Amino acid sequence: MANTYDRVADLLVERLGVTREELSPEATFEELDLDSLDLVEFSMAARDEFGVQISDDEAEGLKTVGDAVALLDQKGAGVAGA
Amino acid sequence: MGQGGCDRVGCVSALIQGLGTSVPAGVLGNAELAGRCGTTDEWIRSRTGIVERRMAEPGVATSDLAVEAGARALKSSGHAVADAVILATMTPDRPCPATAPEISARLGLPSGMAFDLNAACSGFIYGLAVATGMLAAGLAERVLLIGADLMTRVVDPMDRNTSVLFGDGAGAVVLASGGPEEPGALGPFDLGGDGERADLLHIPAGGTRRPAYSDDVTAGEHFLHMEGKEVYRQAVMGMTTSCQRVLAKAGLRTSDIDHLVAHQANARILTAVGDRLDIPPDRRVCNVDRYGNTTGASIPLALADLHSAGAQPGQRVLLTAFGAGLSWGSTLLRWPDLGER
Repeated sequence: MANTYDRVADLLVERLGVTREELSPEATFEELDLDSLDLVEFSMAARDEFGVQISDDEAEGLKTVGDAVALLDQKGAGVAGA
Repeated sequence: MGQGGCDRVGCVSALIQGLGTSVPAGVLGNAELAGRCGTTDEWIRSRTGIVERRMAEPGVATSDLAVEAGARALKSSGHAVADAVILATMTPDRPCPATAPEISARLGLPSGMAFDLNAACSGFIYGLAVATGMLAAGLAERVLLIGADLMTRVVDPMDRNTSVLFGDGAGAVVLASGGPEEPGALGPFDLGGDGERADLLHIPAGGTRRPAYSDDVTAGEHFLHMEGKEVYRQAVMGMTTSCQRVLAKAGLRTSDIDHLVAHQANARILTAVGDRLDIPPDRRVCNVDRYGNTTGASIPLALADLHSAGAQPGQRVLLTAFGAGLSWGSTLLRWPDLGER
């Protein structure tokens, strides 16, 4: 099974139109040109892909792709699989 | 059995036979709003796709636009009469009486039934369903359904989360009975709601729960309040699943749909719904850039644009809306023969 970062990267590319070249764990959502509604889309996609709920408050606290990966892992995305 | 679905041999549908719209002449562009509520044209465009919206002059009421749209719809239908008037609105001229009777009188219609229907942004689809039922029950022979709202009257002009989104407008159709495969035929319908989420999009004061006393007005509680992110989430999922239910009832797939007319709330929502339904961008109607969210007028204003764009009689159009309540509704339309464009 792919690790959480790879799955998050796929999701950002496929659902939010981010290019792979821009992506790194350190890349911020702002640098990726993703705004608050994109973060809502990200949370909806994460629920579909990982079965994990991210609240709007949690989504607002995310600055980098790495933050999102850490939050999803903390919520059990890595072990639950999909 | 589906609501309004054609489940029986020889069943009848409601047919759209006329279409008319009216919007105020006054254009409110992003630059003016941006200065007022501390944002930028770029912020508004990127998050909403809205460039400008229409705003009624002081003294103009919802009925003024509704009468004009209604008269145009009656003219377009080829007959100047209707024996029932439904006004879908959440911004009536006044709390009491309903606005539809005055509209009916100003249009010179015989004293038939006339009433307001409040299902917010889903109001026009709800109105199509109610009209279908009235025609099927023999309660009316020709129904004038008008969707009209002056949203600029109920949004806080200083609140960038709402004031940039909404605009004023009216649109109307005339409905009569006909066969389910004829041009103009509506159905099946999917209608739903979730009152548990009423607080996501509401005007707190001004009703019996909390009359709008001076303190409430000072605090802006008589304005529309919205939890934008959760409304976005609910709207995207609500319209997508409602469309899927209508298609399932009709035994159709999204590839059978010639045009998607979704409630014009926000370009980002239109994209999210269209993508989820796998309906390509060139088959999605979008005029939110010019009008913003006109609530009850949103669907008929979009139908008018589709008419101008050259939709052909008999084409399959999927209509869907979502709004305060929460409320949602979807239906299918065989594109009507509306004559000159």
